[in-house]
Amino acid sequence: MKEKENTVKRYVRNDILLILCLVLIAAIGLFYLYVLRDHGDTVRVTVDGKEYGNYSLSQDITEDIYTGKDGEYHNRLVIKDGTAFMESANCPDGICVEHSRVFRDGESIVCLPHRVVITVVTSGDSNTPDVVI
Amino acid sequence: MSKKTKNVAFIGVCTALALVLSYIEAILPPLFAAVPGIKMGLPNIIIMFLLYRRGPAAAIAVSLIRMLLVSLLFGNMMALMYSLAGAMLSLIVMIILRRLNFLSTVGVSVAGGVSHNIGQILTAMLLLETAELGYYLVVLTITGTVSGMLIGLCGAALIKHIPNKI
Ligand SMILES: [Zn+2]
Repeated sequence: MKEKENTVKRYVRNDILLILCLVLIAAIGLFYLYVLRDHGDTVRVTVDGKEYGNYSLSQDITEDIYTGKDGEYHNRLVIKDGTAFMESANCPDGICVEHSRVFRDGESIVCLPHRVVITVVTSGDSNTPDVVI
Repeated sequence: MSKKTKNVAFIGVCTALALVLSYIEAILPPLFAAVPGIKMGLPNIIIMFLLYRRGPAAAIAVSLIRMLLVSLLFGNMMALMYSLAGAMLSLIVMIILRRLNFLSTVGVSVAGGVSHNIGQILTAMLLLETAELGYYLVVLTITGTVSGMLIGLCGAALIKHIPNKI
């Protein structure tokens, strides 16, 4: 009986350790994603992994992206006030439309059914960080 | 009833239950609409139960049959690829962890939930040939941990309370 109790205790301790580790990893990731990342300046659109176009985040535009064999898939990308979002799409899940606006470097909106990915990038030399003097 | 017939019936009932849970999950509003294909993994309750009661073979069988049926009933081939990768990775992780015997059902389920999501995103990264999806891994680690905990608790309750005789 005593032995069984100890085993249960060991299990619970290991469970908690595992969960704490995962939470820690997530916290570090979130800190990096939301605190350390700069705003990007360009939206890159890829379809099926191939480049489709680049659009500046500083210019308000509406871009209709037609994909699929006969252009039957539609996604409408809107850039407004320095943020980009998918205004409408005829994909079955609609997840890309519900995605929040993106503007941080590296943020992306994915339409899995249409294989359309829009990603915020920093154009030019992305290796040199912005230095404010 | 012969033992074999009983076993077939048991697997059938479990598959049906897993299918019902898939359906409930499909009609529920998504937990995290921002992330493609994010699923709580409710059917994992049944898979967990099977893994502990009947071993890896039964769990893998029901998991495969469920996914095939789901993709036939209300999915597409793309979705099948994601769920297949997610479910298989999570099953492998859970089978190994159960063997290693150092976590409770809740811990095993948490690891299963996280690996389920990671499997889906890795597949998406491969299929879309984009590394940008890596961003989702962070969010999916959190959702996988939370849903894994809930599912682990449910699975543990089933394993504890459903008589071994069935
Ligand atoms: Zn979409």
